[in-house]
Amino acid sequence: MNNIALQISNLGHAYKSDRWLFRDYNTQVKRGEVFALLGPNGCGKTTLLKILLGALKPAAGTVAIDGRMAFVPQLFQVTFDYSVMDMVLMGRARQVGLFSQPSAEDEEAAMAALERFGIAHFAGHPFHELSGGERQLVIFARALVSEADILILDEPTSALDLKNQIVVLDWITRLSHQDGLTVLFTTHHPHHALAVADDALLMLGGTKYAAGAASEVLSEDNLHALYGVDIKLLSFEHSGHSHETLVPVLPYASRARNGSTARESR
Amino acid sequence: MKENERASQSRVTAQAPGGLFPRKYRWAVPVFLGMGVLIAMLASLCIGAYPMSFAQGARILMHLACPFFTPVNPPWNLKELTVVTIVRIPRVLLATLSGMGLGMAGTALQGLFRNPLVGPDIIGVSSGAAFGGVVGLVLGCPPVGILFFAFCGGLLAMACTMVLARLANGGNNSMILILAGVFIGAFFVALLGLLEFLAPESNIFAIVAWLLGSFVGADWNKVLISAIPTLGVGAVLMTLRWRLNLLSLGDLDAKSLGINVGVLRWIIIGMASLVVAAQVAVSGLVGWVGLVVPHCARMLVGPDHRRLLPTAALLGALFILGLDDLTRSIVRAEIPVGALTSLLGTPLVCFLLWKTQGKGWRRE
Repeated sequence: MNNIALQISNLGHAYKSDRWLFRDYNTQVKRGEVFALLGPNGCGKTTLLKILLGALKPAAGTVAIDGRMAFVPQLFQVTFDYSVMDMVLMGRARQVGLFSQPSAEDEEAAMAALERFGIAHFAGHPFHELSGGERQLVIFARALVSEADILILDEPTSALDLKNQIVVLDWITRLSHQDGLTVLFTTHHPHHALAVADDALLMLGGTKYAAGAASEVLSEDNLHALYGVDIKLLSFEHSGHSHETLVPVLPYASRARNGSTARESR
Repeated sequence: MKENERASQSRVTAQAPGGLFPRKYRWAVPVFLGMGVLIAMLASLCIGAYPMSFAQGARILMHLACPFFTPVNPPWNLKELTVVTIVRIPRVLLATLSGMGLGMAGTALQGLFRNPLVGPDIIGVSSGAAFGGVVGLVLGCPPVGILFFAFCGGLLAMACTMVLARLANGGNNSMILILAGVFIGAFFVALLGLLEFLAPESNIFAIVAWLLGSFVGADWNKVLISAIPTLGVGAVLMTLRWRLNLLSLGDLDAKSLGINVGVLRWIIIGMASLVVAAQVAVSGLVGWVGLVVPHCARMLVGPDHRRLLPTAALLGALFILGLDDLTRSIVRAEIPVGALTSLLGTPLVCFLLWKTQGKGWRRE
């Protein structure tokens, strides 16, 4: 295996001819790094993920993938009420032969993955009844048990409360640092990308994009170009470490707080 | 904090999903159902216009299984032996195979389409097979010819559904496939109506009787026609049953887990269609079984297809055997089993819909 887990070359896609969602994208995801994908709604993030997962053929360009992938969808729903153990066991699909059933070793591997995430006590529990954060950890355990090299997550923190957002982001970093997994995730929160990503790709539309180290790409100017709103980069110290975060400026609310707007009476 | 711990503890001790039985005892359900099917088969040999005792039925069956151990003066008469050999055994086998096939086909399709309201009828195969069978009847074919036409009709409908789905979106969308099945099924129902209208008056009764579904007139030819696809397909589906769990997650997720979704989907649809076409060919339209039985099986053992598929196959056999026994025992003239399955299936599905919502299956 080389140092590049994923290589995108001159990639483009259009659902209708001459209406390109994105075009001529070139970037690479290094092995073992966390890579963030950002862009406004409708810019083609999910389309790009589908192409990476092989579910959609790109209209132009190529994708070279070195390693096995696991996918964590945005809102994980299943029609049937499988147990947590059943869900994690499904990660062993590549290891279990086409006409075979999972063995005791597969069940042990699934249980070990659940223990790793501290949710082994939920093994026999209905997946549906877990909270959003717990579900996300179950799907992480499934990815771990699948022995995947590349983990692709579609907005992993959407619909999670603040604590669970932090738990999930923390696990993304751990999976990358401790397990050597390459993690690619899409997000609408630039501060999440800045907190955990090594590299990032900003989908600015058409042939425009910005790719590179997250600390450089996630600049105030680039984010203004991406979302059309002002976003400020703040630095602070906490527990002896320096931190950076991104905060959006709310145009009306900030003026209202400073008393420069008059409340309208009905 | 303590409240949180208590809440977490109560969730941990909650019962495993689906299933009336605790997870560790669920393996026993198919075993008991298998024993139940064997007992029901034996009992079905003794029920009908010419009743006989359970012991007598067992003795005749033993004699047929081991002819060398037949007593010098057998305690049964020739009529009893003939009824069991020529009439009852083919009929019981046919009912068992049909129930197993419909139970498996329904379970596989519901898992595949991630929709618990899908049944084998939905992919248009039943309507196509019914149309084919009626064509055979109108043309005055012998029974084997009718079987041939019904089988071809079912496979033609399946092929049309697949082609339409593929033309619509490349065949990769489950919902498009269901819609294509509904349209093709409706088209064959329309053709069927036209054929019934145009058929000679002398054929009408035979057509209606055949369409209502019945195991009357079962013979060893029909058993063979039903057994080969049902047992063959059953063996393949049983080995693929865990893969149904993966397919029920959705195309993108299953694909990311390393599953060749497209190929596996068409294999399972083809298999289910084959079983349903064979069933319609030998016993006419027996509706609702493929829809109701998977729900009941899911209530017993939960949604994991490793246990669900064998449970549904056995439960389907038990369901059809029981109903077929009813059709030849509640009134003097035999009631078509297809009418009884529809009559019982509709309220049963309504009951299950009300009772199991959020337990046996759930759609958020």
